[in-house]
Amino acid sequence: MSPSSTRLIIGPFNRVEGDLEVTLELSAGQVQSARVTAPLYRGFEQILAGRPPEDALVIAPRICGICSVSQSVAAARAIAAIAGAGMPDNGRLVTDLVLAAENAADHLTHFVLFFMPDFARPLYAGRPWFETARRRFAAEGGQTAQTLVPARARFLHLMGLLAGKWPHSLALQPGGVTKGVDSGERIRLLAILADFRAALETTLFADRLETIAALDSVAALHSWSAAAAWDQGDFRLFLHIADDLGLERLGRGPNRFLSHGSFGLWPAGIVAEGVAAPFLPRHVSEDLTSAWMEGPTQPDADKDGAYSWCKAPRLEGRSFETGALARHLVAGDPLARALGANGGTVLARVVLRLIELARLVIAMEGWTKQIRPGEPFCVESPLPLRGSGFGLVEAARGALSHRLTLEGGSIREYAIIAPTTWNFSPRDATGNPGPLEQALEGATLQAGETTPIAVQHIVRSFDPCMVCTVH
Amino acid sequence: MITPFSILWLQAGSCGGCTMSALAADDVGLVRALARFGIRLLWHPSLSEETGAEALSILEDAATGRVRVDALCVEGAALTGPNGTGRFQIMSGTGKPVTQWIKAIAAHARHVVAVGSCAAFGGIPAGETNPTDAVALQYGDNSLLGADFRGQAGLPVINVAGCAPHPGWLVESLAELALSDRCALDSLGRPRAFADHLAHHGCGRNEFYEFKASAARPSDRGCLMENLGCKATQAPGDCNIRRWNGHGSCTDGGYACINCTSPGFQDPGAPFTETAKVAGIPVGLPVDMPKAWFIALAALSKSATPKRVRANAHADHVIIPPARLPSKQS
Repeated sequence: MSPSSTRLIIGPFNRVEGDLEVTLELSAGQVQSARVTAPLYRGFEQILAGRPPEDALVIAPRICGICSVSQSVAAARAIAAIAGAGMPDNGRLVTDLVLAAENAADHLTHFVLFFMPDFARPLYAGRPWFETARRRFAAEGGQTAQTLVPARARFLHLMGLLAGKWPHSLALQPGGVTKGVDSGERIRLLAILADFRAALETTLFADRLETIAALDSVAALHSWSAAAAWDQGDFRLFLHIADDLGLERLGRGPNRFLSHGSFGLWPAGIVAEGVAAPFLPRHVSEDLTSAWMEGPTQPDADKDGAYSWCKAPRLEGRSFETGALARHLVAGDPLARALGANGGTVLARVVLRLIELARLVIAMEGWTKQIRPGEPFCVESPLPLRGSGFGLVEAARGALSHRLTLEGGSIREYAIIAPTTWNFSPRDATGNPGPLEQALEGATLQAGETTPIAVQHIVRSFDPCMVCTVH
Repeated sequence: MITPFSILWLQAGSCGGCTMSALAADDVGLVRALARFGIRLLWHPSLSEETGAEALSILEDAATGRVRVDALCVEGAALTGPNGTGRFQIMSGTGKPVTQWIKAIAAHARHVVAVGSCAAFGGIPAGETNPTDAVALQYGDNSLLGADFRGQAGLPVINVAGCAPHPGWLVESLAELALSDRCALDSLGRPRAFADHLAHHGCGRNEFYEFKASAARPSDRGCLMENLGCKATQAPGDCNIRRWNGHGSCTDGGYACINCTSPGFQDPGAPFTETAKVAGIPVGLPVDMPKAWFIALAALSKSATPKRVRANAHADHVIIPPARLPSKQS
């Protein structure tokens, strides 16, 4: 720390899932460097070791109450990889529906409850859009939440129907799903989706989902935004605020993106500094330099130089950003490629999350119609006594991997890398920061701020899930 | 005019799932569901505006009694390790363990509510091998607040158990406290409003249960008790009476009740989705039924099982619909 710099510790950092502390080194009103601390450790990898492999389907979802289904699917896929199990079409369709429902609900929760309320803070009282933002997004009472939180709850009736409940279901199995769908239930699913579509089209987008899903360039986004008054729909309001505040320049990440691929809609892969390549799980390692860990599953709260319970996943030694932007960028989506051309930003992350929400709901309608009642939803998947397998998933906030190793019929090792483990990782052995740490560098403070708003926008733009991060 | 009833919510060693469940309360959301009873959130880690310094000042006011806390809601187990330091969870921005904050605020709170089975009984983090020395707020020998703890209103910790609990259990327990300052509890501190029922009550698989027509594989429609680990006949909860996320429940979703409202559910001693048996008889029989009667009735009902029920128990859809038996006279 140079003599002119000061240190600022931010916590409790709320409206993120779980516990987060951010330490900033400031100089001349700018963030010089940042350290991101995940201050909660629960030891799921230790708790899973020694148990029967199928118990992972109960334990793993309970890592996280917001990515619960993603964790279930990762566990089921890791078991399926060892069992060599396939899945009937109906099983795949229902699994995809349940996972997409979680991802879509999470995107909405993030935008409405976690991210947008920051624009309703008194700090922005001078901006021309402030009164509108305050009316719609004030925490615990904004109009948008009054409309879309109930819409989200009714959308989650899909979980009641297909998965029994959310969070923490046991419906998602290696060989399919435990719940067959009959013809009446298929219609009820379509009704739930129709209501959710209507809520999104009325309040969030003020337009057809198909129009949002078709936005394929920065020019198209601008012209859509300009086609109606700036307060028509919450997405347009966000674009207006983003334009005013320059969110397209805020929070630039490492310009390396990673996706496990999802739903057959978005393929797996990486894009590093604009160059696309396949994703190979064996190239991923976890660096423990800055983590309070003396081994992959051995905590050490007294470790010198460590500042987080989070390990630092690296792909061939490099940090990667993951999430909706990465999914679309890896898939070659032209808008994502344009907005993320020099690395992710607050604007790029939020725009692609909302566009993905529109695309997910459209896809879900299609999958529901493809369900064939009366045909199988699940096959049995007997496990060998030993073996090793990966379960790769895209949670709402990015790439989630489970690596399961069995020996003597029980779990020998269970290794989890969650999306926010990537995004909020600490420094590695070479001193390279994690994606958020990098994105915070250069953020500016307004006079007198104790909890800088720019830092809050950047942190929340990743839609962090801290409970997954450390597990 | 209802006097406002203030809730301060802390997340201890949790997954955040209790909050996520509560967010769908009554299809209107937690904030509105509580507002009907004059209950407001003083601060909630997922929902409130205040972050950093502003949030910290609320917590400090609560910990010193400067601000009234009618109910301290704690979601998650209290992580007391390593070596009793509580450093497995430091409250960010404070350098102090979350366990200390809970104790300090609980000392002034009118009521303390354990939201979910982790706070109530330890839950998953306290599962074998309990790497973080996770404990309950007030259950077991090493609980954070101790057996003698009472809130300012005189009640022990109110254990809204479940993993995650039904949002209605939480909303109604808090509403009861706001309305009457009391809450009828069972012997484990769970509100009797839901704990006086069993998850089995109202199960959509009731006919299969009656005839002991049992599922053999995931996605079978039959009863889940005999083979697939279902503990609904032992598990407190009105799960199949009030339903989850619209019209769902674990058993309707096709999988076993794992008795997530009870202490120790995380370590069943056998795989969760296999029924432990001795000499072919399930170890976990209905909670208060004499074993000999259960066996006798099961044998009788199995022999009386209609062909339709037997066939449908082993399928994921209805193979044989209900119909009157053909008349004996043609």
